[in-house]
Amino acid sequence: MPDVLAAIRPDSVNLPLFLHVLGAMVLVGALFAVGLATMLGRRSPDGAPRLARFSLKALLLGALPAYVVMRVGAQWTEAEQDYPDDFEASWIDIGYIVADIGALLLLISVVLAAIGLRRSRDDASKSVRLARIVAGISVLLLAAFLVAVWAMTAKPT
Amino acid sequence: MDLYDWLLFLHVLGAFVAVGALTALWGLILGTRGTAPLFDPPSALRFGRISGILVGVGMVAALVFGIWLAIDLDAYELWNGWILASLVLWAIGGWAGGQAGKAFESDPVANRATGIRFQAINSVAVLVILVLMLWKPGA
Repeated sequence: MPDVLAAIRPDSVNLPLFLHVLGAMVLVGALFAVGLATMLGRRSPDGAPRLARFSLKALLLGALPAYVVMRVGAQWTEAEQDYPDDFEASWIDIGYIVADIGALLLLISVVLAAIGLRRSRDDASKSVRLARIVAGISVLLLAAFLVAVWAMTAKPT
Repeated sequence: MDLYDWLLFLHVLGAFVAVGALTALWGLILGTRGTAPLFDPPSALRFGRISGILVGVGMVAALVFGIWLAIDLDAYELWNGWILASLVLWAIGGWAGGQAGKAFESDPVANRATGIRFQAINSVAVLVILVLMLWKPGA
């Protein structure tokens, strides 16, 4: 029954679902950019401070707004779907758990990124270590969002 | 998980990889503008190559598993208007993405404007495909 209910999609769901999916895709892209730029910084010691600045900016200006769009889209989609009060689906629970843990990790990353960018104004190399921590968290988030994509598409009961 | 679940997961995962890598490429474009770029040339080249390959891999995966889904499901046919339009847009987007890669690889400074134009065409095509996949006009 939950599968059947989830498969029925009123037209009013399309726009919020579009925002949810697009936000999630851009979020994944921004986190990937953070991780890749930091990894390349390890291979290019001279360029590492600037790549660290890129990573921290990508998190603040890319991942954070994308997360907000994804999360607002998710809540709006669920509201428009108008499931019955007794509707329970583990794939929605998985989505919320991943989103909430993701929010916490993203918040930690945002604080570290803000500190890193502030420090890098005086000396660009000071942000490298913080960018590496942020990149590590980004890779963790990417793994968690892979689980969320699986749950949203496979809809396990 | 049955076959449909796997196909849908892999189709959507391919789309996530493609759009995610496109997003990263836009980050690269923004990070290499101006007189004090955030990328040194070798890092920019590696970043662009890895992301470009992922755009291609994601687009191919989305196409292959999408066609398989359309064949597997009775509700949809490959000749449905929204699916045909998506296939045409996929071809345009793939061509534009390839041209963008060539432009940036041959001379990232002189061909920057051309590369950005092709990258924009690819991105718009992918965005419209996403709209078609969700709204499914005529289905």
